[in-house]
Amino acid sequence: MNGVHDLGGMHGMGPIRAEKNEPVFHEAWEGRAFAVVRAMGAWRKWNLDASRFEREQIPPLDFFRLSYYERWIVGLIGLMMKTGLVTRAELERGTPDPGSVKQSPALNAEAVPSLVSKGASARRNVEVQARFRPGQRVRGRTIHPVGHTRLPRYVRGRLGTVDKDHGVFVFPDTNALFLGEQPQHVYSVRFDARELWGEQAAAKDSVYVDLWDDYLEPA
Amino acid sequence: MTSRGEPHPEHDADHPTLPSDPALRVKALESLLVAKGLVDRAALDALVDTYEHKIGPRNGARVVARAWTDPAYKQRLLATADAAIGELGYGGSQGEHMVVVENTAKVHNLVVCTLCSCYPWSVLGLPPVWYKSAPYRARSVIDPRGVLREFGLELAEDVEVRVWDSTAELRYLVLPERPTGTEGMTEAALAQLVTRDAMVGVAKVQPHGALK
Repeated sequence: MNGVHDLGGMHGMGPIRAEKNEPVFHEAWEGRAFAVVRAMGAWRKWNLDASRFEREQIPPLDFFRLSYYERWIVGLIGLMMKTGLVTRAELERGTPDPGSVKQSPALNAEAVPSLVSKGASARRNVEVQARFRPGQRVRGRTIHPVGHTRLPRYVRGRLGTVDKDHGVFVFPDTNALFLGEQPQHVYSVRFDARELWGEQAAAKDSVYVDLWDDYLEPA
Repeated sequence: MTSRGEPHPEHDADHPTLPSDPALRVKALESLLVAKGLVDRAALDALVDTYEHKIGPRNGARVVARAWTDPAYKQRLLATADAAIGELGYGGSQGEHMVVVENTAKVHNLVVCTLCSCYPWSVLGLPPVWYKSAPYRARSVIDPRGVLREFGLELAEDVEVRVWDSTAELRYLVLPERPTGTEGMTEAALAQLVTRDAMVGVAKVQPHGALK
């Protein structure tokens, strides 16, 4: 979707405020929010692409007003309600619905080290034809999906060169909507900065963007 | 104006600060999920502890220092980053598929995620607020030299800037240039010089340690 999360190239966002000796979490609740989101992910009722899409759908004014981990919580609540893990009444009341059966957590403390050290790969070991090869000239497709996509607006319609084939990965656009993984090749595509931004950019500079097969067309 | 917008003293002993809205809400949410048996409090504690104390930029600094002192390791790191980083025991969540890009006298690399906040957790820990902020995400791709200048790094015109937008499931780590004057230093001492900012590409490594 052409949302405000797709920030590349926007003006007016102000200066970058880097904080010295920044703590990992500024307040205890941020750590709890982070951990709750990770722990609820272990129920496997959604995937990473769906979580990103959920956060992208936060209305623009709220998106900028909320802090980072507040957005995580808003996204989590949306996903939990959609998948039936919690009900609206439970969230409003703060206690389980009468008669609901207590579950056994999907993630316990003993499983945390392996969750962290193993991760969850989005690469798939399947044979899929690569439509492009390194060195080939390609163009970012001019498409405007209303759902989730990882094709930033600033490369749509722009000419680039395939630098590297990263292999086959789950396709976010369909995966976010639970329409299947549609594994396909992801390429590192190099765009000249001037192709993207015109003469204001330095002649030798470039932007490398990782793009799925379906985001590209031959140029 | 709501009560949230009104100024309040932060260190007033007579008026203990109330938790902010999100603190109350997250606490209520956690209690509900525990009551429903959906989350285990000990698992939450372990997750917080992992990212506060166990995984952070020291991991990446060790990788960089090894690459500076072991040419064969550096080759492996640039060719097959996952395996090379795995040799030092790092990998996993948000570092499943790593790419290491090398800074030289003529090439400077900068990492961003314009669409969300993708960052190589396994080697750098969780990202700082500025990395996740709108200004950094908006400007890194259109004005990387201006962004670097804001971080105090002025690049010569003949240096090529490569910006890496982490739009897919690859995660990027910058291998900074080894500063001159560090020839006699041990790997462990070198690792102490390497900063998170240098591994994101918004700073260079200073020969006498970080200024911040």
